[in-house]
Amino acid sequence: HYAAAQKQAEPAVLQPTPQPKDDFQEELVVRPLHSGDIYASFQFRTLWETDFMRGNKVSHYRLFPKSLGQVISKFSVRELHISFTQGYWRTMQWGQPYLPSPPGAELWVWFQDSVTDVDATWKELTNVLSGIFCASLNFIDSTNTVQPSASFKPLGIGNVTDHRFLRYATLPREIVCTENLTPWKKLLPCGSKAGLAVLLKSEKLFHSSFHSQAVHIRPVCQDWQCKTTSWELRQTLNVVFDLHNSGQGKREWSLFKMFSRTLTEACPLASSSKIYIDITDNPEQFELSPATSLLSQAMVLGDRRTFSVYDLTQQDTFGSVRSLNLLIRWKSTEGDMLRPLLHAERYVAGYGLQTGEIHTLMYNHHPYRSFPVLLLDSVPWYLRLYIHTLTVTSKGKDNKPSYIHYQPSKDRVRPHLLEMLVQLPPNSVTEVTVQFERALLKWTEYTPDPNHGFYVGSSVISSLVPSTVAMDTNSTRERPLFSSFFPCKEESSYFVRVYTEPLLVNLPTPDFSMPYNVICLTCTVVAVGYGSLYNLLTRSFQIEEPSPGLAKRIANVIRKMRGVPPL
Amino acid sequence: MATTEVERRRGQLAALSIAAVVIIVGVPLWWRTTETYRAWLPVSQIKELAKLQLQLSADVEVVFARGTVTPEQQKKVPLTQTQEEERAIDEDTALRYRYETRYRTATIMEEDALNQPSAAEADLSLHTLSESPCGSLVVYVIPESSSLLPEDVNVYIGQRRTALLRIGPQMRVGKTLEQLLAHLEPRIKQVLQVMSFSHNDITAALSDRVRFSPDNKESIADSMRAFKSSPGYEITFSLLNPDPKSHRLHWDIEGAVQTYIQPLLTKLSPVANFSIDSQTLYYTMLGVNPRFDTSRSAYTLNADSLAHVINPVEARLGSNAASSNPVLNFLLYVPDAQHSPLYIQGRKKQEVPSNAFHSPRWGGIMVYNVNGFYGSEPEFPVDINIDMAKVMGVFLAQLRLLLGVQSSTPPPGFLVARCGSTGLADWELDRLMWSRSVENVATATTTITSLAQLLDQIGNIVINDNIAQQVSSAVTSLQLAVAELEAGNLGFALQYSKEAILASEKAFFDPSLLHLLYFPDDQKFAIYIPLFLPMCVPILLSLLKIVSEARQRRREKQAKKD
Repeated sequence: HYAAAQKQAEPAVLQPTPQPKDDFQEELVVRPLHSGDIYASFQFRTLWETDFMRGNKVSHYRLFPKSLGQVISKFSVRELHISFTQGYWRTMQWGQPYLPSPPGAELWVWFQDSVTDVDATWKELTNVLSGIFCASLNFIDSTNTVQPSASFKPLGIGNVTDHRFLRYATLPREIVCTENLTPWKKLLPCGSKAGLAVLLKSEKLFHSSFHSQAVHIRPVCQDWQCKTTSWELRQTLNVVFDLHNSGQGKREWSLFKMFSRTLTEACPLASSSKIYIDITDNPEQFELSPATSLLSQAMVLGDRRTFSVYDLTQQDTFGSVRSLNLLIRWKSTEGDMLRPLLHAERYVAGYGLQTGEIHTLMYNHHPYRSFPVLLLDSVPWYLRLYIHTLTVTSKGKDNKPSYIHYQPSKDRVRPHLLEMLVQLPPNSVTEVTVQFERALLKWTEYTPDPNHGFYVGSSVISSLVPSTVAMDTNSTRERPLFSSFFPCKEESSYFVRVYTEPLLVNLPTPDFSMPYNVICLTCTVVAVGYGSLYNLLTRSFQIEEPSPGLAKRIANVIRKMRGVPPL
Repeated sequence: MATTEVERRRGQLAALSIAAVVIIVGVPLWWRTTETYRAWLPVSQIKELAKLQLQLSADVEVVFARGTVTPEQQKKVPLTQTQEEERAIDEDTALRYRYETRYRTATIMEEDALNQPSAAEADLSLHTLSESPCGSLVVYVIPESSSLLPEDVNVYIGQRRTALLRIGPQMRVGKTLEQLLAHLEPRIKQVLQVMSFSHNDITAALSDRVRFSPDNKESIADSMRAFKSSPGYEITFSLLNPDPKSHRLHWDIEGAVQTYIQPLLTKLSPVANFSIDSQTLYYTMLGVNPRFDTSRSAYTLNADSLAHVINPVEARLGSNAASSNPVLNFLLYVPDAQHSPLYIQGRKKQEVPSNAFHSPRWGGIMVYNVNGFYGSEPEFPVDINIDMAKVMGVFLAQLRLLLGVQSSTPPPGFLVARCGSTGLADWELDRLMWSRSVENVATATTTITSLAQLLDQIGNIVINDNIAQQVSSAVTSLQLAVAELEAGNLGFALQYSKEAILASEKAFFDPSLLHLLYFPDDQKFAIYIPLFLPMCVPILLSLLKIVSEARQRRREKQAKKD
């Protein structure tokens, strides 16, 4: 319909304009959270009908950023997912995020099967990406890269599932800040000059409880028959504002309060530009102004949600003041959130600096359905896992995983990789424990602040979770009776990926002046031994008349005084 | 008494033997274990290269057409002359130009070709007869009466490697062959300087080695304009649309690149590899606010303020993530509706006809006004199709300048053929190849000599085998390049010089050179002293004692003798 809109504006120009092969959409979803926080999720999607797979050399970019396009074509990337996150998503308070991401930086890439040396390409790619996003992705090397066999499947089209072409790495230590946001904003066609991106002011975004920005590139179908394919670039930014706790007292939210900006226009290059407000709990909890008549329903994360929609491409959205400042006012703090069905935690147990135990707890809150989950754990080599101590228990009973993929680590070469398919019984906690030994590092391998501890990346739990809609059988929602007896297939389960907390583990840390102390001490000991040996060898020994003792001398003095010959 | 003497003697011997063990075993052991690995480098060859003796040889064939020489002269004609010219640039660099001129008379086929109605056609048919190799030239001497050239033109330079030279009116008849050749020589040299290499070009190419002081500001600007020689270039065309709300721009860059740019780059492929891409950037502002000129009811940008235009735009251009070759940027700026039309004003307040400017070693910017598309009552956004022929004409000219393709004006009486569809004549390519080969040789020699100097000065640097290998291959390629230049094989010379530059840069920027660069002496001594001081002091003291005793004994002996 973009082309149709063009045709209407055309009569002034005689020449026909070529139909653009790319398309840009922007979207903001705001979800008031039950904890009183507010969750804003931006998504910018660029679709580009082109074929990177064929080796055409000349590349001409319009909406798609050139830097990423060059990276894709140079390194023969099939899919690229990169995220930078500051803070930890509190699933139990906030529910499931639209796009989960672990704290720190995460990068996973599917290469095309034409790549011969995947490791070298991966190394080069991480270096280039680290330049593009101003992040320390260059610290990704073989010691923190794994090839998951089941957890990360391609999200786009393409039937390559040979995990030789997959690389996954996380940097849990990575700090995300303004310098990562600026290059991310530069990838947008409108930059931060127009459209929803004007709201992205770094001083507000980083003054929040949770901040996550991501770039996802994948090949997708252009139509349902998949006759033409195109590249999809999805840039997402999720942020949780903590206005309530930061002392404002009043539970009142507005675009201006959150972002210190209001909206005046859509990005002129965007074919669609919309704001969605999750009003499923309205009007019991909060009121929204200005009100909109546009409503939309969608199945999100297994739950049917209702959204108020503001279309920024329509001029009347902005009203007479020509600016849109959405206001959400909470009426009550009552109301309970639907508990997320899947939830996970992780911690390190044990004492001392020699051994320890990693505990991973996975909660299934579903009252009567059990479902399988895929657990992925990537542990650095300096925590030596004792895999024979691996136990999986739920409800006090041993729970045998139906699939285990374990790749042992090699010192200084590659990390441990543990993947398991575990069935979680209904309404239960499943605990996975494994013991480990802490390795002694070489003194140059320690980080600049070794006493802070060493990070271990989040575990990844991927699962198809039964839908909550299918769960409430006595639903009072208005649904035709004929449709509500059997839970319908597509709504019956949904995909969820849950990340646990990263771990911070103390390793035995030496005193770093030790090498010099050792040198000094050894040298002193050697020098003392050598000195006495040298003396023994080179001195000439003579028998000397022993000098008379003190008593004898005194006696002699007395004898002299008395005139008696000395002794 | 005797026993104490024996005892002393034994002590002395022990001290001496310990000292001997320390010197014979300890010192070499310490030396070997703390030594840094330094592979062998061809130092003497590098030193030879530091003194650069470049000889450039060009083959010139001079062909006499019918009517320029008498039949008696024709019999003597197949002859060869060699001219050499030596120029010292500075104490380390010397240049020698060698022109090998062969004289012959035209064949019948060539005569036919020269009888074509126009010079351009003659040029084409001469080219089809024989193709002269890269770096060589053919000059056809045609009689004064020939109708090939217009009245005031004496020399015609074709699109290939041929030139037509009209003999002067004073050389009618009755002159000896020597006189004729003496008359032709300076003019052939002039042709050579246009078509092959001139001393100015070569010294400019040597600027990496030699700090030369050019005569005037203009020649500095000329020498600074072109990009440095590199094995590859990235060409990026960017369409800047600061106002996407008013203008919806369409440019057929793909077609335009195929039509206008690609032929030139194909022709230039022996010199470097090129890759092209394009992008559209929105909401990009220029760094300066254009001034409104009421007399023309247009906005103007002054020549002085152009320097400030680029910086804010460059932040958006983005560097090329996929390669480290230099990037040539060509920006097409469509001013926003409020600041339109926009004209660039020259230094003398006159309008620049192309409405474009270039920045040395960076790229070019063209301002493209779209007021003409508005119509009587514009309804924004306006769809605009950009006229790519107009844009590419400007960018092509800028590209030629930035790549260092010859741009000097020919001397009077010369007519240079318009370059055809390729955008580049064969002899222009030769000229570029001459200066690029010399430039590469100069850059590679400076890189290699400075690397050798650096390694020589800092003893801590580890020289791995791969670096030594790179250095050796750079040196070999350099020697080959110099030899090929001497032999006049331009293509090979350029090839070898490129290899030399690649190898030398690889060696120079190898990260392994940095590892032990910072290893200060005070730290070294802090580690050595606790061991060495207590060990060496007793040895030294006892050695001193032995020496002094020996001296005293000798003195006593002397006293006894006396």
